[in-house]
Formats: sequence, C-alpha cells, structure tokens
Amino acid sequence: MGMTMTQKILAAHAGLDSVVAGQLINAKLDIVLGNDITTPVAVNEFKKAGFDGVFDKDRIAIVLDHFVPNKDIKAAEQSKQCREFACAHCVSHFYDVGKMGIEHALLPEQGVVTAGDCIIGADSHTCTYGALGAFSTGVGSTDMAAGMATGMAWFKVPAAIKFELSGKLPANCSGKDVILTIIGMIGVDGALYRSMEFCGEGVANLSMDDRLCICNMAIEAGAKNGIFPVDDITRAYMAGRCERTPVEYTADDDAEYEQIIKIDLSTIVPTVACPHLPENTHPAAELTDIKVDQVVIGSCTNGRMEDMETAYRILNGKKIADGIRCIIIPGTMQIYRDCVEKGYITSFIDAGAVVSTPTCGPCLGGYMGILAAGERCIATTNRNFVGRMGHVESEVYLASPATAAASALTGYITNPEV
Amino acid sequence: MNTQGHVFKYPDNVDTDVIIPARYLNTANAKELALHCMEDIDTEFVKKVQPGDIMVAGWNFGCGSSREHAPLVIKTCGTGCVIAKSFARIFYRNAINIGLPILECPEAADAIEAGDEVSVDFDTGVITDITTGKTWRAQPFPPFIQNIIAKGGLLASLKQD
Repeated sequence: MGMTMTQKILAAHAGLDSVVAGQLINAKLDIVLGNDITTPVAVNEFKKAGFDGVFDKDRIAIVLDHFVPNKDIKAAEQSKQCREFACAHCVSHFYDVGKMGIEHALLPEQGVVTAGDCIIGADSHTCTYGALGAFSTGVGSTDMAAGMATGMAWFKVPAAIKFELSGKLPANCSGKDVILTIIGMIGVDGALYRSMEFCGEGVANLSMDDRLCICNMAIEAGAKNGIFPVDDITRAYMAGRCERTPVEYTADDDAEYEQIIKIDLSTIVPTVACPHLPENTHPAAELTDIKVDQVVIGSCTNGRMEDMETAYRILNGKKIADGIRCIIIPGTMQIYRDCVEKGYITSFIDAGAVVSTPTCGPCLGGYMGILAAGERCIATTNRNFVGRMGHVESEVYLASPATAAASALTGYITNPEV
Repeated sequence: MNTQGHVFKYPDNVDTDVIIPARYLNTANAKELALHCMEDIDTEFVKKVQPGDIMVAGWNFGCGSSREHAPLVIKTCGTGCVIAKSFARIFYRNAINIGLPILECPEAADAIEAGDEVSVDFDTGVITDITTGKTWRAQPFPPFIQNIIAKGGLLASLKQD
C-alpha cells in the first residue's frame, strides 16, 4: 500500500521502508524548537531528568517572541532562563531581541527549516513549516526537553485528508481565506490526529506566504500537520536560503486518504471567523453591521511580507476610522526592515496605525493591544477563543490582512474590494 | 491505580486558553498558575475542586495552544482524571508526558452529570457513576503509551530505557 507525503517523511526518519496509519514509531528530528513561554518549562524538565547536554547544538532553535521585548519582570526572568540555557549549551539558533522574529515567520525566512525535515516545536503553530514540504508538528515542553536531549520523538503515524486544490484565488482573497473556509467546512476537530495534505494544480497559484498561512492554521482544525508538495515556487524560496539540503518527498499514487475534499480556489470569498471558535465562519460581505474597536495585522499566521504589502495597498493615503486602534506587527526584523525601506511604515503611521517590533503580543492576550470588556477586534491572528486577546467579555474576529485593513478604514467589518 | 471524586462538567472544545489564560504564562510555577485554572469559564472550579475530583467534557478537550501548563494546572489542582469524548492531540500527548490521567469515553461523557460522584479504575478503564450506578469501559491506552505512564512520564521512561 502506498504512503502519503507525511508517512514517507516519517518512515525515512524512523529508518523504516514503510509505515502505516496508526503505527507507533520513534523518529529522528531535524529541528527541535521552543519559545520564551514553553522553553522554561522544558529547561526545568531537562534539568530535573538529569540530562547533561543537547543532542546537537545546531538542531535546536530557541526563539524569544511571545512576551519580548520583555513585557514585565516575570517575562524578563523567563527570557533570561532561555538565554542562559542557550548560552550554556551553545545553541546556534538562539534568537534574542534584535535578531528575533515570530518563530514561524522567522525559521523559514532564515532557512533553518527545509523540505523533507522532521520537526517538533513546543508551539502549536509549528505545523507552519509543512508549507516547505516538511513534516512539522507542535508538541509540549516535555517532548521538547526529550527532543533536545535525544534528537528523537515518538509519533503515531497519522492518517490523512487530501485537499485537491484547483483554480486561482480572487484578487481580494489570500491563503487566510482558504484555511478559514476549510476550518468552517470541517470544524475545529475535523482533522483531529490526521495530516492535511494539500495537492492539485491550484497549488501552483498559491505563493509561499499563502502556503505558510494555510499550514499554520492546520492545528485549528485539530490536525497533526499540514503539508504542501515541493514545486518550483518552494524551490525558488529555498534556494540560497536553507542551510541544509532540501529533500523532496512525493505522495504515492496509491496512498490512502480517509477523505478527499476538492476546493476550487476561484470560489473562495473573503471569510471571517466570528467568536468564539475558528470554525464559526461567515463571508465578510455578510457581516456589515459589526463595529470594531481594534484591528491587529500581524502574528505567525499573517505577519509576512505579502501581508504587509496587502495592508499597505489598502491603507496607503487613507485614514483609519475615528476611534479605531490599528496595530500592525511585522513578523520578523527582516520584514520590519523591508517595510521601512519600502516606506510602508511611514504610510501606516500617516494612516493612523501604530507599528510594533515583532512579537506574538496581542494574539494570545499577552500585551501590546489587550481588549477591555465589551471590546471587539478584527485580527489576522489564529484563535478567537473566550478571553484570547484580553477580557473574557471581549471578542475577536479572525480575518485576512485585506479584510482587517479594509475594516480599519470603515470601523466596521468590511469586505475588501481590492 | 484509581481515583474517586465529584464531577465538574464542561462542554465541547474546551481550549487551553480557558484552562490557563496566556496572560498568566509569564511564570512556569505550577502552583501559582493553578490558582487560575478554568477561571475564564468557571470561576468556582479552583474554589471547589478537591483532590481526586474529575473533569468530564465533550469533544476536542484541550484544543489550541501547545502549552503544557494546561494539563499541569489541572493536575496541580488535584484533579484525578479528565474524561472527554475526545482530546486535542497536543493536549493528549502532554497529559501522558506529565502523568495526568485521561480517558476517552463518549458514552460516559454524555451520561455523567455535574456533581455526580464518579470512580475510575485506570488498570481496567472502568468508569463508575456512583450517583447513578451506571458503568462504562474506556478504551485502554496502547502498550507503548502504558509503558510511558507506568515509568512515570516521558523523561523518566527515557532515562530508564
């Protein structure tokens, strides 16, 4: 029986000729990732278990991104603990303030992750790197500690859902609208324990930033991972960037899928997930009377250069509506710098927005844009759970950068007309 | 091994942000974090929970973030077990790795009411609602996972192996 793309990568990393769904395996890891929230817990477990050293200093990435620049004294202590561990073990991919970015925007950009990799990260959105044709999944801090010590992790080989993409997205839609539409279709546990494998001629019409965004939110459908095939767009992105040689895997023709879902990208419309679940989706055009207090454009889902370009295209020369706070957060220092060079930041400020250095900040209700009771935000982030961005009586609406930027100009959830 | 206690009942899709809101994650101290367990949907939980008490929930318990702080605070509060119709995969993995007993049993999760007294035998997977007299048998873990639990969690099992 044939294997899916995910199964092939797992088999290769487990030293097996083949694997089947449900099989328990031990697999070699190419990269083990943690951030300033999850690494301290992992470091404590690592020390408690009495491990002496890490398996490979070049295969561990520690990114300070959730609460940095440190939001308070406790956050500073956690950052310090990460810094000291990284220094003690000579972790080569340690990203502190000035070098850091939001981890899932940063690692692909810096070429730390590549096609064919088997990656775990103590952050649920680690599934982002599937966009490069890697197996990549979120785990907890104890798995991170074990991964740092041994370079291995156990996995239950997932079954898969195949998404056959055709056609081309309308001009006012992006990867975010695709993944929100899919989550609306299958639900927040629609892909539970399974991989979401994207394929079909429509893939060639999706940019790398679209694919990274789509895989990023695979976890919001409960999936173990999301994955795209490697094509010329992936190769062009990886060329001269990835520090290790990419390995391309393709699904077998007779691979087994639990479900096959066909999606014509030309039928996608700007989509918004209403509170308090990402599956609660509606076309933006149907949500005309929803007044917002805040707009956030950024996060590991939508803080990439194309997202900034979209925001610029819509906000340039315009004014953000009175009474609306618009917070724009480029995902990495490189993106931040590119936004400066292209004049986007000036344009954002002239429109009435504020621009922060890279941080996860508001997405998880950390800082840099917390909501009061009764306030409402439209955000390009990934979760709209109760209390996610602040007070339990606040509301988060998830949308694309185009929809969020268009809404910033009117003060109401607005269908982008780009 | 078993647990017995009163039931706190929760709906489908209980996410890790309500189990332990991220605004408190500027510390990794489990006791400090446990003071806020479930507070965004149930302010009474931490006031009322007693050692051995049981959480019963619907589908996809623990969805969202990978924060291990979520199973950790549930365990630190003294909760003896979580019974759900299904668990989100990272939460499932984290619970095993840190030694929080969890059981998947949709029938029990449907029938058990808040406040019922329930006992769970982890060796057999038998769940008994003492209040109503009903019993169910949950799916046992595969041997690979039983080995991790028996050895006291992932890191302890790695050390021993």
